[in-house]
Amino acid sequence: MSEPILSARDVVVKFSLRGQILTAVRGASLDLYEGKTVAIVGESGSGKSVFTKTFLGMLDANGWVDSGSIMFEGQDLAKFKTEKEWLTIRGKKIAMVFQDPMTALNPLKTVGSQIREVLELHQGLRGQEAKNRTIEILGQVGIDNPAMRYNQYPHEFSGGMRQRVVIAIAVACNPRILICDEPTTALDVTIQAQILELIRNLQKQLNLSIIYITHDLGVVANVADYVAVMYAGDVIEYGTVEEIFYDPRHPYTWALLSSLPQLGVKGQPLYSISGTPPSLFADIKGDAFAPRNPKALKIDFVYRPPYFRVSPTHVARTWLLDPRAPKVEPPEPIKAMRRKYERYAT
Amino acid sequence: MMTEGREVLLDVQNLRVQFKVRGSRKPFVAVKDVSFQIYKGETFGLVGETGSGKTTIGRAIVRINETAGGVIKFKGIKINGVIPKEVDRMVTQKIQMIFQDPMASLNERAKVDYIVSEGLYNTRNYKDEEDRKAKVSKALLEVGLLPEFASRFPHEFSGGQRQRIGIARALIMEPEFIIADEPISSLDVSIRAQVLNLLSSLQREKGLTYMFISHDLSVVRFIADRVAVIYKGEIVELAETEELFSHPLHPYTRALLSAIPIPDPVVERQKKVLVYDPSVHDYSKDKPKWVEIRPGHFVMANNAEIEQYEAMLN
Repeated sequence: MSEPILSARDVVVKFSLRGQILTAVRGASLDLYEGKTVAIVGESGSGKSVFTKTFLGMLDANGWVDSGSIMFEGQDLAKFKTEKEWLTIRGKKIAMVFQDPMTALNPLKTVGSQIREVLELHQGLRGQEAKNRTIEILGQVGIDNPAMRYNQYPHEFSGGMRQRVVIAIAVACNPRILICDEPTTALDVTIQAQILELIRNLQKQLNLSIIYITHDLGVVANVADYVAVMYAGDVIEYGTVEEIFYDPRHPYTWALLSSLPQLGVKGQPLYSISGTPPSLFADIKGDAFAPRNPKALKIDFVYRPPYFRVSPTHVARTWLLDPRAPKVEPPEPIKAMRRKYERYAT
Repeated sequence: MMTEGREVLLDVQNLRVQFKVRGSRKPFVAVKDVSFQIYKGETFGLVGETGSGKTTIGRAIVRINETAGGVIKFKGIKINGVIPKEVDRMVTQKIQMIFQDPMASLNERAKVDYIVSEGLYNTRNYKDEEDRKAKVSKALLEVGLLPEFASRFPHEFSGGQRQRIGIARALIMEPEFIIADEPISSLDVSIRAQVLNLLSSLQREKGLTYMFISHDLSVVRFIADRVAVIYKGEIVELAETEELFSHPLHPYTRALLSAIPIPDPVVERQKKVLVYDPSVHDYSKDKPKWVEIRPGHFVMANNAEIEQYEAMLN
């Protein structure tokens, strides 16, 4: 397999909050391959946004990367200290699309000037040249009549169109990596489908490598080539989209998929996970999911599992994959997905 | 009132809700000419996108929004417009609402005890303090919370627990009909299943009737017996859930169904997303009407479209 374009290893992120130290990311690792999409799935507080913010140097002032490495184009981003260093990467090589297009745009500036600003800053374009390029980009993200739209303000755009503008700003400098943080959560499903299609087309045209953050497993199935499942600040399972959906190995991935209404049987209770995720202030011992896992092993409460390799592309942090572990069957919905996949294959 | 042997609990006929627009004489019509019935004991799903008017319908039923036309009947009694005080009281007690955002819908400064009791205070539906406290404990237990949580404040709870408090607040009134407006949309995936299961088991135990308002079709497919699809203030299609999902007729319903992401990569990669273009309807001469195209399956269509839909069904 080719070398990853971005490779994060054992990243630990801490925050200082009212005199307490909070560990938001606890040694997470991730590989992103060129021209591919990796989806990061997890619940709120799982650290998925914080983890990706470290690739852009966008942590809040009270947070820092405590240890680990983030390799990109031969540089370790985790070692970056100054804003000057980050400006060579942020927006230029790695760009971000935010969740809420209502707040990501400046309501007092025309849409055209907000895209143009990026071109002037990063590519040194000026005057008519900058304007023409801006109009070209607006057309590229599927905005009709871009020359007229250039002079309009964000409030004159619908939610879906605004998200297209946010995407236009992100891709204006031909970045190599695009980080999309729940870009369709605030949108209706029909608009979401259009934005997902746009991102896919731009990926092909511009050879973008994409990190897509979401909690919606339906969207993951749509966009991802690879999937990283995060729980309590850690990537607990990583594999190709087929491996995660049809052959998941971590009990948390099992539980997450099984609790989807789409996999449930009508009239019967849905598979549900009891309890809530652990507090990030607490010192987590062993497997963070163990207290919510009714089938947890004794060792899960004592030692943190290492990554066990399932295939060349698939790893999972669970003691169940240790050769000494007892055989634990996945829940029924997971087995049903596996059977379905076997039928697709034949 | 009975239809085909099933008791109609809520009957909405030609409902119209409009809002004044500042600086304009023409009001904005949020709900136009909407008719549907909800049977006792069922879960009725109301699906639509932002601004479609689905929440407005729910709010009109509980009398938060005034109606501009049409009739809403609950157990055969008219409950919209000018109504006697006793009827208003009955609506307050028998029809309850569960809201979307459990972070915003609970009073931050009040203790759980007060939040859950508020409906009781308003209708004076308790004998004495002891009776009220007993009712609060019972409601909290029913939603899977501990009675001692009554002395705590909302910020001490997680999102899922807060939504349970919201459900307890509705249950304490001993309602017959609950309008759940996107009750799980703001919850995390692993918590959603817990709340859905709770709603289902409460329905079984108490014989409750639900109107489940949502934009998430996969949740509605799982929980609802019948589904109505609303587009720009009009219901365009209504059918039993499986009928609607296997034989969607209206182009908007078909576009909406095709857009739901399915958590199955193979299916998702082969899927074709349809886009709804309202100009496909030629309603200039042949006006659309609300027709029952198959028993229990209603669609908004004109004569030409009815023919086309019937061909699709056969």
